[in-house]
Amino acid sequence: MKKSIGVRIWRFSIIAVVSFYLLMPLYAMFDFSTKQFGLGGKSRNLDSWRIIPSQPDLVIAITRSLLTALIVMALILFLIVPTAIWVHLKLPILRRPFELLCLLPLAIPAIVIVVGIAPLYRWISINLTESPITLAGVYSMLILPYTYRSLSAALDAVDIHTLAEAARTLGASIGRVIFGIIMPTIKTGIINGSFIAIALVLGEYTISNILNYKTFQVVIAQIGRANGNVAVAVSLASLLFVLFLLLLIPNKKRLGTVLDVDVK
Amino acid sequence: MNNLTKHFGKVKALDGLSLDIAEGELVALLGPSGCGKTTALRALAGLQELDRGLMIVDGKDVTFQSANKRGMGMVFQAYSLFPHMTARDNVEYGLKLRAHRTSGDKRKARSFELLELVGLSTHANHYPHQLSGGQQQRIALARALAISPKVLLLDEPLSALDAKVRTQLREEIRRIQLELGTTTLFVTHDQEEALSIADRVGVMRNGQLEQIAAPDELYDRPGTAFVAEFVGLTNPISGVVSKGTIELLDSTVKVLKGSITIGQGVALVRPENIEVVASQSGNATVFSASFLGASCRLSINLNDGTRVTAQLPSSDAVGLSAGAPVKVSLLDRPVFVKPII
Repeated sequence: MKKSIGVRIWRFSIIAVVSFYLLMPLYAMFDFSTKQFGLGGKSRNLDSWRIIPSQPDLVIAITRSLLTALIVMALILFLIVPTAIWVHLKLPILRRPFELLCLLPLAIPAIVIVVGIAPLYRWISINLTESPITLAGVYSMLILPYTYRSLSAALDAVDIHTLAEAARTLGASIGRVIFGIIMPTIKTGIINGSFIAIALVLGEYTISNILNYKTFQVVIAQIGRANGNVAVAVSLASLLFVLFLLLLIPNKKRLGTVLDVDVK
Repeated sequence: MNNLTKHFGKVKALDGLSLDIAEGELVALLGPSGCGKTTALRALAGLQELDRGLMIVDGKDVTFQSANKRGMGMVFQAYSLFPHMTARDNVEYGLKLRAHRTSGDKRKARSFELLELVGLSTHANHYPHQLSGGQQQRIALARALAISPKVLLLDEPLSALDAKVRTQLREEIRRIQLELGTTTLFVTHDQEEALSIADRVGVMRNGQLEQIAAPDELYDRPGTAFVAEFVGLTNPISGVVSKGTIELLDSTVKVLKGSITIGQGVALVRPENIEVVASQSGNATVFSASFLGASCRLSINLNDGTRVTAQLPSSDAVGLSAGAPVKVSLLDRPVFVKPII
């Protein structure tokens, strides 16, 4: 009995220390965002939070970034996932090269990537559109290391060959096998990979800033130069939003049901 | 299946395999690992491309038809139920893909009927992870049967199960197959499984069919030395063949077709074809005795130093313990004789 109480205290202590370590910066951000420094000394209010919606650039930037994240997610679902499944199922010889290719964005510094793709984006902004949504292209490349690892682990955990063959003998086309059988089976990997990708897209600053696109993080940085309190408030709000998304992962069962739909 | 040939690099998995299966028949393909039995089954399912050969089902050439259009039901060695679907959804899956031919009500009725057939109607709403291995294979069988397959293909479906469940399920497979009259090709490396449920058993070796025959014929009248040695146990005993008979253990027995016709050879004698009686002036001594329930297996040292295994009813083996002097002879049953290598 004594031992069990000791173990509980030990566990509680670890959780308390880790929670303190993780939550303290968030609390510090909130604390800073509510402090106002003026001639009359310090005061505390929620003005920095109140004026967030009145920042026109910010609202637009959030909308754009979320839209970009959605496009990246669509690219994951309809391009990266089917490709990963295809490689695992039909082209196992390409697994290693594909994995290496997916890891490249981690190995190449962001600045090098930007220098490489800048001419392309210059051409896009002159000839096609100046919308930052086009960043979805480069983002979907940047998220590959995280998404592919997550997908690969999920694909390795189940015998997709047998499942695919069972579905084929029952009359399923290749499309149905991928979208109706394999994808729902590895939905945990897909959801995990997608959320990490969203978090990465919403937090990316270097590339969008150098390419001169006004994304969420770029606008936060600009606001920060004019009003530090508002910038911190917005940063905290975005952090909480991403945290909320990540917390959804354990409850992915409900979210995952959308992938159960048998695509015709 | 006619002249099926398939190479994997330098390995010849199928070497001109030809096989006819009659409607409603259950044929088992038996053979050691790597003999090509699974390749043959997968080729028939459309999951394995061939280098050469022809496959005709119901008078139609299906050689180049894709797997999803062949209408074959298949049960795999590995558990293959779709993990995100309930047992009922798994059974209905093939029917849903034929939605234009099967209405929703008919589909439900059919899936219920098949779940009943495999004795798992009460588990319709269970997910695969909530089912045991045996239950999963039953559902997989129901799923394969749901589409009323032209041929039911069973790829070692029992090998992952424990011995008791395996025996139960193989009997159930046979019962269901007879009830529905489904033409079935069953691949296994377990000879007991093949001999117990198949109408005919084909023994494969190096991508070819060594012999295909009814189980009793295959066991009692093997056509080749490989079949004789692979199916059941045999005792290799040397003797001389002359005029269609061989002299062994003070007995003269006929030799089977395919054996050598004259000269010194090695007879492959089944343990149950050896007669053992207690005798002080016998030609052998019991080395050890293993009680197997209804029967008893004796390891016997012949006076010439050869050791043979005999199997006899336990009631006939009373008193035949280690060290007991015995007289060993052969029952009058033909044996296969291979040449001395």
